Amino acid sequence: MKSAVVVLPGLNRDRDMIAALTKISGKAPVTIWQTDTEIPDVDLIVIPGGFSYGDYLRCGAIAARMPVMRAVAEKAAKGVSVIGVCNGFQILVEAGLLPGALMRNSSLKFVCREVKLQVANANTAFTHRYQPGQIIRCPVAHHDGNYFADAGTLARIEGEGQVVFRYAEGTNPNGSINDIAGIVNARGNVLGLMPHPENLIEPAHGGTDGRGLFESVLGSAQRELVDA
Amino acid sequence: MTISNTVKITDELIASHGLKPDEYQRILELVGREPTFTELGIFSAMWNEHCSYKSSKKWLRTLPTKGDVVIQGPGENAGVVDIGDGDCVVFKMESHNHPSYIEPYQGAATGVGGILRDVFTMGARPVAAMNALRFGAPDHPKTRHLVAGVVAGVGGYGNSFGVPTVGGEVNFDARYNGNILVNAFAAGLAKTDGIFLSKAEGVGLPVVYLGAKTGRDGVGGATMASAEFGDDIEEKRPTVQVGDPFTEKCLLEACLELMASGAVIAIQDMGAAGLTCSAVEMGAKGDLGIELDLDQVPVREERMTAYEMMLSESQERMLMVLRPEKEQEAEAIFRKWGLDFAIVGKTTDDLRFRVLHQGEEVANLPIKELGDEAPEYDRPWVEPGKPEPLAKDDIPDADVADALLKLLDSPNLSSRRWVWEQYDTLIQGNSLQIPGGDAGVVRVEGHATKALAFSSDVTPRYCEADPYEGGKQAVAECWRNLTATGAEPLAATDNLNFGNPERPEIMGQFVKAVTGIGDACRALGFPIVSGNVSLYNETNGQGILPTPTIGGVGLIRDWSKMARIGFAAQGEAILLVGAPASWGTHLAQSVYMRDLHGRTDGPPPPVDLEHEKKVGDFVRALVADGIATAVHDLSDGGLAVGLAEMAMASGIGATVNQLKDLSPIPAFFGEDQGRYLVTIPRDRVDWFFEERNKDTGIFAPWIGTTGGTELKLGEARAIPVSEMTDAHESWFPRFMDS
Repeated sequence: MKSAVVVLPGLNRDRDMIAALTKISGKAPVTIWQTDTEIPDVDLIVIPGGFSYGDYLRCGAIAARMPVMRAVAEKAAKGVSVIGVCNGFQILVEAGLLPGALMRNSSLKFVCREVKLQVANANTAFTHRYQPGQIIRCPVAHHDGNYFADAGTLARIEGEGQVVFRYAEGTNPNGSINDIAGIVNARGNVLGLMPHPENLIEPAHGGTDGRGLFESVLGSAQRELVDA
Repeated sequence: MTISNTVKITDELIASHGLKPDEYQRILELVGREPTFTELGIFSAMWNEHCSYKSSKKWLRTLPTKGDVVIQGPGENAGVVDIGDGDCVVFKMESHNHPSYIEPYQGAATGVGGILRDVFTMGARPVAAMNALRFGAPDHPKTRHLVAGVVAGVGGYGNSFGVPTVGGEVNFDARYNGNILVNAFAAGLAKTDGIFLSKAEGVGLPVVYLGAKTGRDGVGGATMASAEFGDDIEEKRPTVQVGDPFTEKCLLEACLELMASGAVIAIQDMGAAGLTCSAVEMGAKGDLGIELDLDQVPVREERMTAYEMMLSESQERMLMVLRPEKEQEAEAIFRKWGLDFAIVGKTTDDLRFRVLHQGEEVANLPIKELGDEAPEYDRPWVEPGKPEPLAKDDIPDADVADALLKLLDSPNLSSRRWVWEQYDTLIQGNSLQIPGGDAGVVRVEGHATKALAFSSDVTPRYCEADPYEGGKQAVAECWRNLTATGAEPLAATDNLNFGNPERPEIMGQFVKAVTGIGDACRALGFPIVSGNVSLYNETNGQGILPTPTIGGVGLIRDWSKMARIGFAAQGEAILLVGAPASWGTHLAQSVYMRDLHGRTDGPPPPVDLEHEKKVGDFVRALVADGIATAVHDLSDGGLAVGLAEMAMASGIGATVNQLKDLSPIPAFFGEDQGRYLVTIPRDRVDWFFEERNKDTGIFAPWIGTTGGTELKLGEARAIPVSEMTDAHESWFPRFMDS
C-alpha cells in the first residue's frame, strides 16, 4: 500500500495528513511538489487542506491549474484513489475532477468546530469500514465549505449515491446544500470532503472516528467499489 | 510622491519624527554634522519608544530573566527555554495595539504575522498561538466593528499560516474605547542545538534580503505606535501594513530549510522599522559595520526613495548573513518557494552603518551608538494611592442564583466561543486542550508523553486599583492556570500596555506593576524571557487601564495524566484547595461588585506569593499522581463562576454546601487568590484528609459533591446546567448580531 501527498505552497495540513497516513498505514507517504509532472506508482493520492497560493483569486483555483494537477487527473483516470480534504476538495472541484462548487460559508466567517457526519454511502472505497448511516464525529476548519451544485447535478449525484458524507444532527456549519460534506466522482475513486478526518485518528485527538476513512481506502485501494 | 534625500532639516521636521530637541542635540553630537533626511528617519526609527524602550529599560532590568531552563532571555527575537530531550520552546508576546485600532483586520493580522516571524527567525516551527484582546465598552459605537475586524484578522492570518490558536483573552472596558489592545503570542519548537540568533559574525560576508518585496506600506509605523492618538487618527491609516500569510508560510518553510542547510550565520526578521532596525541590530550585536546597497533591494513600487525603503514596514521580510560558499544553495531554496533573495550588502569592520542609493551615500552613521546610545529616561513617577478596604457592612446583597446567571450572560464572563471558533484550534493535530479551559495544551510532536501548556493573563481592574498587587496577580494567575492542567510553569513573556509615560501617575503605574511582576516571578521561579512594552495607549489624554499581560508556558511530562476543567464523573468530592476559613472573603474589585453593582472602589485581592507557591505545588502533585480528576483555578467571579464553568464543561451538576451564619456572597463571589477547585473520587476523601493533606498547612475544605444536572449553591435555587450554558453562550453572538 503506497500513498502520496501533494504539497503545494500554502497548504498547511500536509503535515497532519502525512502523520495520519504514516500512523495508520505504518508507512510514510511520498510527497509530490507543485511542479512535478509525474507521480510515482501509488495506490492513493491525497491533496491535504490549507490555503494553496493563499487562496488568492478563488479557493483552489490557482492550484487546480498547476502542472501537478494534470498528473493527478491522469492517475485518477487510471483508477488510482484520490482524496481531497478541505482545500484539497476545493482544488478537485476547481480542477473539474468533482462536480459542484464550494462557496463562502453562509455565516461569512471561518469556522473551526467538531460536527457530526452521517455516512451517506458506506459502499465506497473510502467508507466501507463504516456502517451505512453511521453517525461519526469529525472536526471542520474552513472559510469556504458551502457546497453547491445546480439542480441537475444535484439530482444526479444524489441519485447515483455520490454523496458520501452529510452533516448530521443539525451541525451543518456552512450552509451546504442538502447538508453535503463529501462527495465522490461517478467512478467512485475520487473523494472530496470538507471535514478533517486526519485530525481525529488517535486518543490524543479525543476520538478515532476519522480512522475508518483511511482504513477503508488503505485496506482496499486496489478494489474499485463503485456504488452497487 | 517621492521624497528626496535633500529635504531641509527644520525644527518642525524633527518634531514630526517624534524626536525631542534634546534628542536631536544628541544626534548632532553623535554624527558631528547635520543628519541627512534619511539619517533623520533612521534615528527616528531606532530611537522611538517602540524600538528603544527608552522609558521602560531602567525598570525592565529589574525583572528576573535567568533560570535553570532558560537558554535565551530578553534581547533576541524571542525567549528560549529548555524542555529536555534536546528540545526547546521559543516564545514571545508582542502588541499591535495602535495599528489594530486604526485598521482592525490588517492591524491584528500583521500582529500575528510579526510574532510568528519572531519565533521562526530563531529556527523554531510555530506550534501554538494565543491572543489577548481588550476592547472598549460593548455599547461604544466602534466596539463591534473592532471586535469583528480584529478577530477576523487574527484568524485570517493564523489559520492560513497554519498555527493552532489555543488560548487568549477577550475583555471589554470603556477605558479601551479609544485604544484597543491586541497582544499576540506565539510559541515554537526547536532543537537546542538549532537556535539562530541575530548577532552577525565575520567581516565581508554577504547580507541577504529574503521574503517579500518592499513597498511603501507602514513607513513610520513604529513612530506612530510611539505617540498618543488625537482626533486626526483617521489620517494614520496609511501607516498600517498589509499582511500576506501565504508569503509568510512560504517564508517559514524556506527559512527552516535554509537553516537546516547550514548556510545561516545570523538572521533577523524585519519588524518595526524594517530594514533599518534589522540591519543595525545584526551589526551592533556582532560588533560589525553594515553596508547596504538599496539598489539591490527588491521593491514592488516605483521610484522609492532611500528614506522610504529604510522605514518601510512591509511584511514577511528577513535579513540574513550568509556563508558565502552556500549562496547558490540558499538562493535555490528561496526561488523554489517563490520568494525574493537578493544580496543587498555586506558586513564591514568599521562599525559604521552605511546606506548607498543610486550612487549616493545617503547615510553613514555609527552603528553601535544607533542602537546602544539611544536615549534612556528615568521618568518621574508618583506612588499610586492605596485604596481603602470596603467597610465590613458594605456588601450589597443579591440572590446567588440570579447573580450567577447574570454574570454568565455578561460581556466579560460569557463564553468566547464566537471568537475562538473563528480560529483554527486543531491544525497540526497536536491540540490536547483548546480554548475554554484554564490553559491551551499542545502535544510535543515526536515525543510520546510530553506536552506544553499556554496561558495569557492579567486583570486590568486590579492593576488600576493597585498596580503592584495587580502585577503580582497577573503572574500568579498565569502560573495558576498552567498549574491547573498539571503543567510545571517554566517561564513567561510580558506585554506591558500602559498610557503616556510622560505623565508621572502613568509612570507610577508602570513602575509598581513591573515591581510586582518581578517579585511574583522571583517567588514562583517563573522568569521573564521575552517581552514587549506598549506605551502611549491614550486618546485625548484618557489612558487605558494598566494592562501588563503575562503569557506563560508550562511543561506537562505525561499528558495522559493532564487535568481538565470539566467534572469527570458523578458523585465525586469537590475540594476548595487553598481557601481561607470562610472559603472566600474579598469582594472589592470583583466582577460581582463591578458588573452587578457598578462599584470599582477598594483594593484588589492581595496575592500571598508563599501561599500561592505552596498551594500550586500541592495541586500539581495531585494531578501528576493521578488523584485529581478535574481541576479549575478560581479567578473572575470566584467560587460560583468556577463551579459553573466546571459543570458547563461536562454537563454534570453539583451540590455545594454553604457555611452556617455567614453571608454566602463573599464565599461564592469573592475573588481571593491562590484557590483551586479540585475533584477527587468519593472513596479517596478519607485518605485525602487523613494522609495526603495532613500537616501540609493547606486548607482544602470538602465543599460539595458532583452529580445530577443542576448546580445547587447552598440555599440558592438549583440552576439546570443547560440553563447556565444557554446564558453563557448567548451574550457574544447576541452582541455581535445586534
